Amino acid sequence: MQLTGSQIFWEVLMQQGVDVVFGYPGGAIMPIYDALYDVEGKIHHVLVRHEENAALAADAYWRATGRVGVCMATSGPGATNLVTGIANAMMDSSAIVAITGQVASHLVGSDAFQETDMTGITQPITKHNYLVTDINDLARVLVEAFHIAKAGRPGPVLVDICKDVQQKMTEYVPVTEVNLRGYKAAKPPKKQEMPRLLSQAAQLIAAARKPIILAGQGIKHADAHAEFIEFVEKSGIPVTTTLLGIGVLNEDHPQNLRMMGMHGEAYVNNAIADADLLIALGMRFDDRVTGNLKYYAKNAQVIHVDIDPSEIGKNVPADVGICASVKDVLRDLTPMIENHAGGYRAWYARINEWRGDTKAHDVMAYELPPNMMLAPQVIRAIWEETGGDITVCTDVGQHQMWETQYFQHRRKNQLITSGGAGTMGFALPAAIGAKFGRPQDEVWAIAGDGGFQMSIPELQTVMQEKLNIKIAVINNSFLGMVRQWQELMHDRRYSSVNMTSPNFVKLAEAYGMCGMRATNVAEAREVIQRAREHNGPVLMEFVVEQETNVFPMVQPGKALNEMTRREKVPLPAAMGGGMEGVRE
Amino acid sequence: MLIDRIEASKNPTKHTLVALVENEPGVLNRVSSLFRRRNFNIDSLAVGTTNDPTVSRMTIVVDTSKTNAALVERNLYKLVNVIDVQDLSAVPAVLREMALIKVHVADNQKRSEIKQVIDLFEAQMVDMTPNSIMVELTGNEEKVDSIIKMLEEYGIKEVVRTGRIAMARG
Repeated sequence: MQLTGSQIFWEVLMQQGVDVVFGYPGGAIMPIYDALYDVEGKIHHVLVRHEENAALAADAYWRATGRVGVCMATSGPGATNLVTGIANAMMDSSAIVAITGQVASHLVGSDAFQETDMTGITQPITKHNYLVTDINDLARVLVEAFHIAKAGRPGPVLVDICKDVQQKMTEYVPVTEVNLRGYKAAKPPKKQEMPRLLSQAAQLIAAARKPIILAGQGIKHADAHAEFIEFVEKSGIPVTTTLLGIGVLNEDHPQNLRMMGMHGEAYVNNAIADADLLIALGMRFDDRVTGNLKYYAKNAQVIHVDIDPSEIGKNVPADVGICASVKDVLRDLTPMIENHAGGYRAWYARINEWRGDTKAHDVMAYELPPNMMLAPQVIRAIWEETGGDITVCTDVGQHQMWETQYFQHRRKNQLITSGGAGTMGFALPAAIGAKFGRPQDEVWAIAGDGGFQMSIPELQTVMQEKLNIKIAVINNSFLGMVRQWQELMHDRRYSSVNMTSPNFVKLAEAYGMCGMRATNVAEAREVIQRAREHNGPVLMEFVVEQETNVFPMVQPGKALNEMTRREKVPLPAAMGGGMEGVRE
Repeated sequence: MLIDRIEASKNPTKHTLVALVENEPGVLNRVSSLFRRRNFNIDSLAVGTTNDPTVSRMTIVVDTSKTNAALVERNLYKLVNVIDVQDLSAVPAVLREMALIKVHVADNQKRSEIKQVIDLFEAQMVDMTPNSIMVELTGNEEKVDSIIKMLEEYGIKEVVRTGRIAMARG
């Protein structure tokens, strides 16, 4: 069958099961958009208002569905606008395929109008990228791109397609096989090595008295939830998760201590610092979870399982490093360990001692003047009013950390957030992508006044696509996290963090959207209820106390258990709580 | 025969990796970009074709006092265009470098002295003018270093070294 490059493009996307793409047209990708005209109905194109948000939406779509997200843009500025979103996908290992139009192949290198070297620019922020100059490569390259994006440790792949390739015709032969001799999803340990590594791991687990499991997003990517829970429950070992690992284990689970790291609860970080064995599963010891590496878990041996060989030994040396899928490892390891369910009593008792006074440091324990509302209270109200049964897309900053602390995640993969890259402006485009991935779900975007003002134009995308998304803007009139750092580390010299905002209710109205505002907790609850009852998108502004800080906090350069904590509130004796573990 | 026949480099911090890569445009850039991005310290990088026209071979020397060679190897594997990586420091291997050295010739006396050095090192004279000699030498890095040191007193005009190439024995 003779097809144009553009027709081949859409054929391959349909073959790959793509039904939605996020993009923005322009000169060098017009032939592909022209061919889209003929396949609409099979593939839905979401016209975003800025290309970065196309990439972020595609990223969130992947996280919501496990299906590769697709974004597209024209050459030059359209393509470079994708860059932040691609970098975000790289840092958080999200499988997206980014398509960019490129100038005609004979013009490549000539500084033609809207020419930018996209394969050059995106080389360090993609798993792989392609420049397609020959129509006969196009189908193969696209199939490879989808394969590479998803295989092993997922990540973004960019395909830059010259305009003449989009226009030319060729005989289309569907490509069904990927033949990449150089690409192995993981470099597996040699067959004979695996049993030895597993038995070493089992021995370390048997010998440990104070073990802890560090659970990361790799468990989601490996689709290893069932194997993980079996391992956790049989081993009896306490679990803590990374930010992106939230949701691999129900946060109500008695063994789940919840999130570790810079803004993890103090007892979690204390437990890691005191542990004699770390079992790291599908996580990468990011500096936000380790604090100063010099002092990190000094008494612990380390079992590190990751599908990416370059992560093992990168930040924390592994006593047993296994480069393989967490699913495969746990399937074989769980039968090799003793049943220790309900075990480690002394260890749990120690952790509970640390946990004892957590409530006393909780901002919720403070007596507040009426009419003052704290951001954590807004998060808690959203959690309570919705029953926690929603998909949450958070932005970056203080509210993002409070979400991890005050929203108890019970569903797997419930939280969609920008972790490694910390991309402000993520929440709204992420909610758009997530809503396409989970149309039946109640999807919330929770953002600060700073991040939200980076993505305001996408309100119109929400309207155009008639997406029922609930948008909560928590407004403290500051770039809160930066202000917090300035308060704690720069002598309260508040440099460029004062932030004014438009009237969000009127803004919502201008977009034809329902807008509401709350300034105290009672109003907040009412607004949340009304927003949920409203059949359509709602923009909610929550005006909160301006200078609340996120605690505990491991300041840069400090050891993980050297946390800055909130001053304690004297609690009635009935609420109890030991004094240990308080470190300033 | 002076310093030859030393198979492995004596410098324990110099680690040799061989990467077989797709012979495609941009692959060298991906590899060098990886080194830059990960802040890997590379002593030398030699690239050439192989008997398979679709495959190029890169010999990479890593200074392990500054860079973890295992991490270099694992990161190379992640590149889609890298087909295979061998660590030649763990196995018996032949390590070689080639150098061209242009030496100043002041007079006939010096000329015959330079010829003696060339003979001693089993090097070759590949070009001669009234006031210069070009020397070609193949050997390990120590041997190349030594002849350069020897020739320095006559006045070296130009030096080019290929960087290490290597192959496992057997």
